[in-house]
Amino acid sequence: MEQTAQLGANKTGIDMSPIDSKEMLEASENFFIKPEASVAYQIDQFFREGVEPLGSVPLPGTVKGVLKSALKIATGRHPEVLINKLGERLAYERTGVRIYEHLITKCINSTPDKMTEMKIPVERLTEFRNQESQHFHLLIKSIKSLGADPTAQTPDADASGVASAGFIKVIADPRTSVSQSLQAMLAVELADKAAWELLIRLAEDMGLSEMATDFKQALHQEDTHLVQVKEWYEQSIRSQAGVSVSPN
Amino acid sequence: MAIKLFDSRGTPLERQKFTWRELTPKPLSKLDDDAFTRVRVILMNGIEQQANRFQHMCGQFNRDLRLPLAEIRRVEHHQQTMVNWLLGADHSPLETTIGYEQVAIEVTAAVAQQEPNEYLAQTYRFGMLEDFDHLYRYSALLDRVEGKDANNILQSYTDIIPGRPTSIEHRAPQDDLRDHYDHKTAEPISKMNALTIYSGEYQTRDYYMNIGPTFSDPIARALYAEIASIEEQHVTQYGSIIDPNETWLEKWLLSEANEVYTYYSCVQSEKNSRLKAIWERFLDYELGHLNIVTELFKKYEGRDPAEVLPESLPDPIAFESQREFVRKILSQEVDLRAHGTQYVHESEEGAESQEYREQLNSTGSPTDAIGANYRWHPGTELARQTA
Repeated sequence: MEQTAQLGANKTGIDMSPIDSKEMLEASENFFIKPEASVAYQIDQFFREGVEPLGSVPLPGTVKGVLKSALKIATGRHPEVLINKLGERLAYERTGVRIYEHLITKCINSTPDKMTEMKIPVERLTEFRNQESQHFHLLIKSIKSLGADPTAQTPDADASGVASAGFIKVIADPRTSVSQSLQAMLAVELADKAAWELLIRLAEDMGLSEMATDFKQALHQEDTHLVQVKEWYEQSIRSQAGVSVSPN
Repeated sequence: MAIKLFDSRGTPLERQKFTWRELTPKPLSKLDDDAFTRVRVILMNGIEQQANRFQHMCGQFNRDLRLPLAEIRRVEHHQQTMVNWLLGADHSPLETTIGYEQVAIEVTAAVAQQEPNEYLAQTYRFGMLEDFDHLYRYSALLDRVEGKDANNILQSYTDIIPGRPTSIEHRAPQDDLRDHYDHKTAEPISKMNALTIYSGEYQTRDYYMNIGPTFSDPIARALYAEIASIEEQHVTQYGSIIDPNETWLEKWLLSEANEVYTYYSCVQSEKNSRLKAIWERFLDYELGHLNIVTELFKKYEGRDPAEVLPESLPDPIAFESQREFVRKILSQEVDLRAHGTQYVHESEEGAESQEYREQLNSTGSPTDAIGANYRWHPGTELARQTA
């Protein structure tokens, strides 16, 4: 049985050491605080003045690139916004491949106490992993079609990478259970779906209808990932709670 | 278990071997293990880090010792790996920081009480009240930036209230130097205490310097910069109580003896049987190292190691809450300042430290900023506001 929610000797709360906790609370309630309300704001402002961004969207590497038809279509808008977001999606999908690989490893190798009662089909996870990889390659092609460099890390790719660092940390940790990993994966897929929807709109806004059509196919697959991961996650938690659930 | 330093030969160096599997042990549980288990892990990482640091420097000055240093240091390095890898990845760097400050408070307070030399004991009490304030500031940061309760790490062993305010801990370098013990007359326990606290503070300084820039929040970045500066002062302070007249081999001998002593202290108090086995194994490894260095000491210095080391180990370090002692010292000594090597009332502090501090704090002090109106409450200050 998955032991994520097993009762045990958790020592983090105050009820585990009532005498010591009472002492701590008394000390905390009784010391004198000098009012210094404005100091935090001053320091915060100091560090926010003249702040510089994470970095820039790279210029297309070649003049030939600039003249490529896809980018010309987007002329008059701000194609660098699209390049920034395409770079973000590329990085996210590439990391998505690795995240699924971590989850597959976990499902194959976990000890029974880390496994959900319901079997997560590894072949289905592998299918999702392969689709993330296809999306990554689709984005390479899309970015190249704009004359931009798919190997560059754009500012939004950087920020998104920082944001998802915690998900990888949870899923890669051998101590976390399959259901804890599915919860992280659910957040990954929710954000992924919303990001593809935005990307489709953006491509359409720029007049890049062919690109938008390709992206709709990817979104369709991401929809499936999301529905499935959410279902697995809910079933794994409910089955731990003693509810009889039948996997779909 | 009384350890006779000269009778216990420990594990021979050639049998001190590891596999990668052993070097990356299963981590302790942040949630279920006792906070003092983490305290021991952090302290011993610091002890091993200092062994590595010292032995590298020793090799730079002593050609003939380079081979035995390299052989022993390789094992020390792997011991440090195994110890430090006991920290689980679910500790955020800031949560680990809370653990570091708990080490600095509880271990320094314990050492201050077992220290026979009053001047050295005063030095530990002085530094401890400063680390005590760091815990309060970092707890405010953890609450206000990450929305977490520092007591999940501290487990109610250590109070979260201000000590000597960090913003006034900044001193001119001459006020961080202390008088050193006399290596010819000092008790062995005094030498070991100095090495223990020096090692702990040095790793804390290095840890903050490494992780400080990984924070995105401006106040967090600034807070680490400010507290790292005090840790640098503490390394200066604790480094200066050690007698510079000790020879390199005498220092190496003391260093190995202190590793024996600190692992022995861990063995005596550890409740987690898996970790206790690691402490026992490394106690035997350190006795093996001590045995080799004892022979080198005799060979190169022609001296009896009994001139430097006690026959048997002192009482172990008490790994337990020092709440009452800390509160007493806080009420009696928070107004002390350092002037040269002496401790004086704040009214007698020298101009140099005051000028140094005023300049550093002239654009505001991050520790004052994060601590403004902060009062710890179980479940974070948000729980207090809604209670």
